Formats: sequence, C-alpha cells, structure tokens
Amino acid sequence: MSTSTANPTGSGPRSGPNLKSIVIWTAVAVVGAVCWAMLALSRGEEVSALWILFAALASYAIAYRFYSKFIADKVLKVDDTRATPAERLENGQDFDVTDRRVLFGHHFAAIAGAGPLVGPVLAAQMGYLPGTIWIIVGVIFAGAVQDMVVMFFSMRRDGKSLGQMVREEIGTVAGVAALIAVFAIMIIILAVLALVVVNALAESPWGVFSIGLTIPIALFMGFYLRYLRPGRVSEVTVIGVALLLLAIIGGGYVDEMGLADALTLSHETLVVCLVVYGFVASILPVWMLLTPRDYLSTFMKVGVIVLLAVGLVLAAPALQNEAVTDFATNGEGPVFAGKLFPFVFITIACGALSGFHALIASGTTPKMVAKESQVRMIGYGGMLMESFVAISALIAASVIDQGIYFSMNAAAGATGGTPETAAAFVNGLGFSITPADLEAAAASVEETIISRTGGAPTLAFGMSLIFSEAFGGGLTAFWYHFAIMFEALFILTAVDAGTRVGRFMLQDTIGNVWKRYADTSWRPAAWSASALVVLAWGYMLWIGVGDPLGGINQLFPLFGIANQLLAAIALTLATVLMFKHGLAKFAWVPGIPLVWDLIVTMTASWQKVFSDNPAIGYFAQASAAREARDAGELYGVAKTPADVDQIIYNSTQSGILQAAFALLVIVIVAGAAVTVVKAIRAGGLPTTEVPKVESKIVAPSDFFATKEEKEAVREWEASRKAPVS
Amino acid sequence: MSLLAERVSGAWRLLRQATGEAKWDEYVARCEREGVEPMSRRAFERHRADEKEHNPQARCC
Repeated sequence: MSTSTANPTGSGPRSGPNLKSIVIWTAVAVVGAVCWAMLALSRGEEVSALWILFAALASYAIAYRFYSKFIADKVLKVDDTRATPAERLENGQDFDVTDRRVLFGHHFAAIAGAGPLVGPVLAAQMGYLPGTIWIIVGVIFAGAVQDMVVMFFSMRRDGKSLGQMVREEIGTVAGVAALIAVFAIMIIILAVLALVVVNALAESPWGVFSIGLTIPIALFMGFYLRYLRPGRVSEVTVIGVALLLLAIIGGGYVDEMGLADALTLSHETLVVCLVVYGFVASILPVWMLLTPRDYLSTFMKVGVIVLLAVGLVLAAPALQNEAVTDFATNGEGPVFAGKLFPFVFITIACGALSGFHALIASGTTPKMVAKESQVRMIGYGGMLMESFVAISALIAASVIDQGIYFSMNAAAGATGGTPETAAAFVNGLGFSITPADLEAAAASVEETIISRTGGAPTLAFGMSLIFSEAFGGGLTAFWYHFAIMFEALFILTAVDAGTRVGRFMLQDTIGNVWKRYADTSWRPAAWSASALVVLAWGYMLWIGVGDPLGGINQLFPLFGIANQLLAAIALTLATVLMFKHGLAKFAWVPGIPLVWDLIVTMTASWQKVFSDNPAIGYFAQASAAREARDAGELYGVAKTPADVDQIIYNSTQSGILQAAFALLVIVIVAGAAVTVVKAIRAGGLPTTEVPKVESKIVAPSDFFATKEEKEAVREWEASRKAPVS
Repeated sequence: MSLLAERVSGAWRLLRQATGEAKWDEYVARCEREGVEPMSRRAFERHRADEKEHNPQARCC
C-alpha cells in the first residue's frame, strides 16, 4: 500500500486539535456517558427510550470521528492521490464516479432491509440492555469495520467480489467453500425473510390487499417510465408513493368491499403466491417490476426511518421492557431458545454485524467510489446508519406492554391462539395480562395479535404506538398497516432482487462446465436457474411455515448464524490481507471482531448441533421426538403423529445445514491460517492489488466538505473548463 | 443567487443524481460539447434499462 500522505484536494497541512473541536467532542462524550449511565443504573423506575437513542447517537459520533478516522488514516492508509476503479475504468455503467452523498444513499439502500428491524425485536425477549449494548458496541468494532475494510480491499482490486477475493488471496479450496457458503446463505436468508412476510400477511386481508396492490402499482410505474415519460424517476416515485398510501387506506375498507374472505389467505397459500411471484419477477425484464419496486422501497425506507426517528423524539415513550429478563440467563424464552450468550449475538445480526453486507461492499459500491478516503463515510457511516435503524426497532419492541409482546411472539402451539389461552400462557411466564387487554390491543390495530411471530407485526405494533403518540389522530390501525407495508415492501424487494442475483450466480457457476448456460439472456437457462433458486428458498419456506414448533424460532437462529458465518468469512479475508500487506501490527482491527464472531458462531453452532437440550440442539430435538413417537406419544406442542414426524424431519435437516455451514467456515479459516503463517514468515506476500495510478479528479472526503475542499473542487472544475493547450 | 436558492438547487441536483435522472442531463451536456446530435430520451433510457438487466444488485436483509 502506498504511504503517500499528499492530498490532491489541497486541504492543506493537518492542523492540530483546536479549542472548538475539543469543546464539542467533550460535550458529545459527556452526553453519551450520561445516557449510558442512566441505562446502566436505572432499575425499577420508568426509563425513557430517549436514553437509548442518545446513547447510540453519541457513541456513533465518537466512533465515526475517531475510530473510523484511525482506520482510514493509520490502518488502511487511504490515498487520495490514487485513482479509484471508478475513475480509471469509468464506463458510465457499473464503473461510474459518483457523488459521495448519492453513493452513501445507494449503499445504505442496498444494505438496509428487514434484518435490522426483525432481529432486535426478537432479541427484546432478553431485555433491552443486551440488545442495545451489542448493537452499539458491535457496529463500532465489528460491523462497520467489516463493511469499510472489505469495501476498501475490493476497491483496490477493481471491485472484485468477496468470493473472488477469497479464492485469489487465500486459495482455491477456500474460494469454493466461500462460493457455496454465499449461495447457501443467500437461500436461507431469502427463505427467512419470506417467512417474515408470510407470517405478517397470513389471515390479514388488509395487509394482503395493500401489499397485493404494490404489484400493479409497480407495473404501472414501470410502463410509465418505459412508454409514457421515459426517465422521469422522481415524478413517477411521487405518484407511486401516493398510490401506495391509498392502497394502505383502502385496505381498511376490505370488509365493505366484500373482499375480506377472498383475501384472508392461509400461510400455505401465501407461500405458493410468493414462490410464483419470485419466479415471475426473476424472469420478467427488470424495468417492468424490479426497478420501479426498488424506487418505492428505497423511498419508503428512507422516509419511514426519518419518520421513526422524529416520532421517537416527539413521543419520548417509556420502556416497558426490563433491562435484562430472566430469559437471558435461563435460556427458556418462548421467542427463541438459548441463553444470552451466544444467542443475542446471533439473533441481532444486521445492525451490529452482518456478513451479507460484505457482498454489497465488494462488487457494486466500490466501483462507484470517487476517492479512496470516501470508504470511511460510505462503508463505516452507512453501517452506523443501519445500526441506528436496529436501535429504533429495539426501542419500538421495548415500548410495548410485555404481556402483549410475548402473546405476539410465542408460537401458536404455546399460546393456543385465543385471547384466553394466550393470557393464561403469558401469565404463566410471569407477566400480567387479561384476555380483555389482548382483545383491546387487537381491536386497536384491527388485526388478531396472538402468535403473530416473525417480528414484523410486533415492530408494526410498537411503531403504531409511537406514531399515534407522536402525531395524534387515533390512527393506530393505519400506522400498523403502514409499518407492515413498509416491511413487506423491503422484503419483497430483497426477495426478487435476491432471487435474480442467485439466478445469475447459479448460471455463472454452471457456466464453468457448460458455457452456454452462463448466457443470462438465453431463456432456457434463465428460466431453469430461476426455478431452481425459487424452489430452493420456497422449499425452506414451506418447511418453516408447516413447522409445528413455529418456523421463526426454528429458522431464525439458522439465518442469524449463517449471516454471522458469512461475516466470519469476510473478516477472515480482511485479516489475511492485513498480514499479506505487511500490516501485521494492525491485524487486530479486523482480527478482534473475527475472533469474537468465531467464538459466537462456533459456540452457537456447537450448541445447535450437539446440545442435549431438545429446545436448543436440533439433533437432540429430533431424537426426543423420535423417542416419543416410538413410545406412541405426542411430542411437545405437536397435536398429531404427523406433527411429530414433521418435527423429526425439520430438526434433522436444520442440524445438517447448521453443521455444514460451520464446516465451510472452518475450511476457510484453516486455509487463511496457512496463508497468514506464510505471510508472517515472509513479512508480507504479493497480493492482487492493482498498482497505483495517479488520480486526476478532486472530490471531498466526508459528508460535509471543508472550506479547503470546496475551494480545491472549484479550482479543479475551472481548470477542466479551460481549453486544453 | 441567494444562499437559500443555492442550497435548494444543490439538493435538487443531488436528488436527480440519486434517481439516475442526472445521467440524461450529463449525456445531453456531453453531446453538446462534442457537437453530436443526442439520441432520444426514450432510446437513452431503454439503453440504461438493458444495462440494469444484466447487472442485478443484491438487496440485503
């Protein structure tokens, strides 16, 4: 890596800390410390959710200002005199010098989805404090570091993908393992996300009506952009969002329209609908459905996040959740089984550390970065923003009455599905709630709320409380469905984009042995690859929906561990590259989160595979169910012998997948260890980094351009306009 | 130009870049500089849609 510190933006010699900045940062640190102290010390009295919010914001600010700057300047030694791939290979398509703020928006829209919304909601069963600490500390030292470092290394390699970099920098075996892991993990992620949507829409005609209408709305936008007024994206997005709001309001009248029965769909029907939808979306031209839906989803994403932040500050709700519940230590929580360690760190993946981001941070985004120093704001800053979304979701889940929270999130087998049985179950957990309370809560959002697992309904319920408190007007049911719509929209966008990416990966892989198959416009290949991908996640989804034990508490751990194992692969690559570049003394920067992540994922995998507690270990569960079956009995919440067979089958399958993921990561880490030893002996090894080319463009580094940077940009633009002699 | 007007037009420019609409503006400006007749907006946007067709971008969880 270059050690040049010259700065073409002409920001001048680095000035020492001035008084103003010392005062400001001391103030930020004091605010953060006070908020953390309030969270740590308040017990028994009402705690305001704003302490969490401001503890997070102050911590992010300090981490961004100091730690990310240290990583950029001292560890990676970003070099703004070096041309980025976007500058060298500019083609106006994938390689494209992009304004840093625009790219920040694109990157954020690509990394943020339903994950940071769902995980914290489920983790709230252990109290608000474990989740808060992990989301904030995790993002600062692990998640944001991973995103930034991977983005940097990919940028130095012309935007190579994670899999390519693992193969070239660690070895072929590790590369193949990474490729399989990435594909398998993507399938699991799609299945779990789809399961969240299915659980949110099942038996909810209002939800089905609104979400269903997004398809004709997106098609209309697509045709508008193609034939009526080509390219007018802002205008069509405004129209689309207006139609979307009408669709949500209209959903409230499904009864009057006589559509309620037709739109009350079972879980199984919804699975079929989603699978068909995923297949069609994958083979249709993108302009018809995928691109316009993406505009809507991005707009809603940014809009709702801003709305939620404003709503939280205005409503300033008090936390109903305990700081740490008993489930953290006894591991018997009804939402998901297992103790705080390791399962909080698995359940909250996105928002603290998400391996999936490494796929976006390598590949797409690095091909558009204008200046090397901008990886700090886009990679590290983008992830901080996602972490903020996770914190907001955690707060939304923690302001709900805990009796309602557990009624919504325990599996139907446990709650029995009626207000009476659910209240009895929740009272048995040690929370007090009456059937009338549950009925009143259900009436307020005009939905049933017993065993609406998956996180999305709970989040929507919490958001509806916050929004009705903040903005008034008694629109609880509207806000609930607004929130459901926003989550479902994200997820469907992730599902159709993910299916398409999966299809391209599959075509590319098979293309290695059968060349023609790699042609993405060849219809037989496109259709068959789409079908394979859709069936793969559709199968997992089907299994999850039919799971007598509740699909989410079975599949979500698998999803979380898979996502964190992907992070382990990304951090392994980053650590190896530190050694290969001869930067062993800074290998701890990705190394510490790597070690932590490996401890967490390997402990969790071990427990999921080998634990003899049937609530945790997949194989223990299968054998307990088998014993029950052999004794001619039912098992757990199973109601029929067929349920018992289903439990045996599902648990065995999940156990095998779990073990396979862990083994793939072990293969990669072992390969990496060999490379690291070689690199230490040699004091560094050659890498595939692209040699330096002098940069000609000028652009600021951070969110706000300094006065010097603005001046430098102005000079540079003037010199470009001047005729070349 | 007042500071406010400058800010608003700056924000508008960023928004157009974010939606990709600025690509058209840039293309027209480049054609003008090079003295070439630009293709129609319809053809231009169709060309861009075809590129997207073959570069799918994953959306994360």
